Amino acid sequence: MKPQRYGFWVGAAAVLGLAALAAATIRNEYYFFAAYVVVQFVVLATAWNILGGYAGYVNFGTSAFFGVGAYIAVMMIKATGLPLGLQILAAAAVGGALGFGVGLLTLRLRGIFFSIATVAITIILETAVINWRYVGGATGIQILRPPVTEPFESYIKMLFVAVVLLAIVAVAIARYIETSWLGRGLRAIRDNEEAAECSGVPTLKLKLLACTISGALMSAAGAPLAMYQSFVEPASAFNLTYSVSALAMPIIGGTAHWLGPVIGAVLLGTVQQVVTVTVSSELNVLVVGVLLVLFVVAAPEGIVGLARKLRLRLRSRSGAGNS
Amino acid sequence: MFSLDLLRDAVVFGLLVGCFYAAVSIGLSVAFGLLDVPHIAHPAFLVLGSYCTYLLCQYGWDPILAGIALMPVFMLLGMAVYRFYYVTFEKRGTEAGVRGLAFFFGVVFIIEVGLVLVFGVDQRLVEADYIGKSLTIGDMRLPLRLIVAFGVALVLTVGLTLYLSKTFTGRAIKAVAQDEAALRLMGANPVRIKQWAFGIATAVTALAGALLIIVGPVEPTMDRVYIGRTFCVVVLAGLGSMSGTLVAGLILGVSETIVLTLLGASWAPAVSFGLLLVMLGIRPQGLFGR
Repeated sequence: MKPQRYGFWVGAAAVLGLAALAAATIRNEYYFFAAYVVVQFVVLATAWNILGGYAGYVNFGTSAFFGVGAYIAVMMIKATGLPLGLQILAAAAVGGALGFGVGLLTLRLRGIFFSIATVAITIILETAVINWRYVGGATGIQILRPPVTEPFESYIKMLFVAVVLLAIVAVAIARYIETSWLGRGLRAIRDNEEAAECSGVPTLKLKLLACTISGALMSAAGAPLAMYQSFVEPASAFNLTYSVSALAMPIIGGTAHWLGPVIGAVLLGTVQQVVTVTVSSELNVLVVGVLLVLFVVAAPEGIVGLARKLRLRLRSRSGAGNS
Repeated sequence: MFSLDLLRDAVVFGLLVGCFYAAVSIGLSVAFGLLDVPHIAHPAFLVLGSYCTYLLCQYGWDPILAGIALMPVFMLLGMAVYRFYYVTFEKRGTEAGVRGLAFFFGVVFIIEVGLVLVFGVDQRLVEADYIGKSLTIGDMRLPLRLIVAFGVALVLTVGLTLYLSKTFTGRAIKAVAQDEAALRLMGANPVRIKQWAFGIATAVTALAGALLIIVGPVEPTMDRVYIGRTFCVVVLAGLGSMSGTLVAGLILGVSETIVLTLLGASWAPAVSFGLLLVMLGIRPQGLFGR
C-alpha cells in the first residue's frame, strides 16, 4: 500500500486526537462553542457536496434536513431521553429517508426545478413544525440537558468531540464516494445525464444513494443542535441561512475535491464566527452571499482549483527553467 | 363553523389576492419562463421594489406613482443583471446551471441583508388615501387597498400579455424563447432581445413591489414566502404562458384564502409551496404548458 493511502486515516486520527486533547486541556468554553459551529458546517458542506458538487443537483434544502435532525433529537429527548449518540443515529435514519424522498424527485426534476422543490420542502416542514404543539410550535422548546457523561467535564466539550467525529465520518464517506465507482457515476450524471444513462450508468440508483447519504449526514449534523442551544425553535432550525452556507462553502472551497468543502467550511465558518462576534449576525450572512457570488463569478473551481492552477504554473515555470 | 358565507368571502378575497399574485409573478414568468434564467432572486427584487417605493413615499409620493417612476430604474438594473449573467455564465456555457443558481441564491441574501442593514428588521408600510379604508358591497367589506392592487395588477398583467403577443419586440421575445438559433439566422441579436426582455421583467417587478407594500406591511425577509408564491404561479401556469399566469395566480389566491379560513394563518406559507411541490411532482410542464 502506498503511504498516501494511510495518510488520510493518520490525518483523521490526528484531528480526533487533537480535538480530544483540546477538550481535556483548554479551559475557556467559548472556543468550543465557536469551534462546534465551524465543524458542524464541515459536515453540512461535505454532505451538500456529495449531491451538489459530484452530481450537480443544487440542493437549497440543507436547512430542511438540518431542522429535521434537530427536531428528531427534540422528540427523542422529550419522549425517551435517549443519549446523544442514539439521537444522532435516529436523526441520520430519518434524514436518510427524507433524502431518499428528495432523490425520487430527481426522477422528474432537474436544475432549478429540483432546487425550488427543495426550498418548498424546507418551508413545508417548517410550517408543519410551527403548527405542531408537541415540539413547542412557533415559540420553540426548551431542552434540559441531562447530566454530563464521563470522561467529559462539560456538555459543550462532549458535543464538540461528537461533531468532530461526525465530520471525520462525513469526510471519509465523501472521499470514498469521490474515489470510487460511485463518484465516477455521479460525475457522469453531472456532465450529461442522458449520455450517462445510455452508457449504462445506473443514474437513478446513484442519485438515490447520493441523496440518502447526503440527507442522512445533514440531519445527523442537526441532531446535536438541541443540546447545543438547549433551545430549539423552527425559525432558527429551518433557517435558509444554513442552506446558503452549506452551498457557499463547497463552492468557495472547490466542489471537485473532498478537501474543498472542508477548506470552505473552516475558512468561511471561522470568518462567520469572527464577524458575528465583532460586528453582527446579519453581516455574516452578507459575507456568505458576497463571497459566494464572488467565487462563482471569478473562481468557479474554488480555492482547491486556484491552488491547483498555481501549482501547475509553478511547475511549468520550474520546468522551463530546467530545459 | 365553515359556512357558505365564509366560503364566498374567501373566494372573493382569493380572486382579488390572486390577481395580485399574478402581477408579482409575471416578471418571473418572463425571466424564467421565457428566458430560462434561473432567477430565484426575483422575489428579492420584488421586496427591493417595495422598499424603494417606501423611500419615495417618505417624500409624499403616491405608492403607485412611485412604482411607475421606479420602472425605468429597475429596467436598467434588470438589463445590467442580465448582461452580467450572460457574460459570466451563459456565454461560457460550462456548468451554467449550477453556477447560475448559486449566483442568484447569493444575490437573494445580499439584497436581504442589504435591506436589513439599511432599513432594519421592522415592518414598513406606506400611506395613501385608499389604504386603511374599505368598500362595503352588500354585507361584504372589502379593503380598498386590495381593490386598488387588484386593478393595477390586472392592468399590468393584461398589458404585458398584450405587449408580448401584439408588438414586434414582444413577439421577438417569444421567438427567442422558442428557438434562439433560428432567430440568430434571421439576423436578429438574441442577446439584445433577452436583455431587453429581462429589463422589462424587472421593471414590471418594481410596480409589483409597489403593490406588495400597498397590500400589506413589508419586511426584508419577506421574499422567502414569495419564492413559493411566484414560482408556484409560474410553474402552475406552465413556463412562459402569460394568460396562464393570471389563471394560476387566481388558483393560488383562492386556495390560500380557503386554507387560511379553514386552518388559520400559520399554515399559509405551506399552501403555495405545497401546491408547487405537487405540481412539480405530477405535471412539471404546468396547466397550460406546451
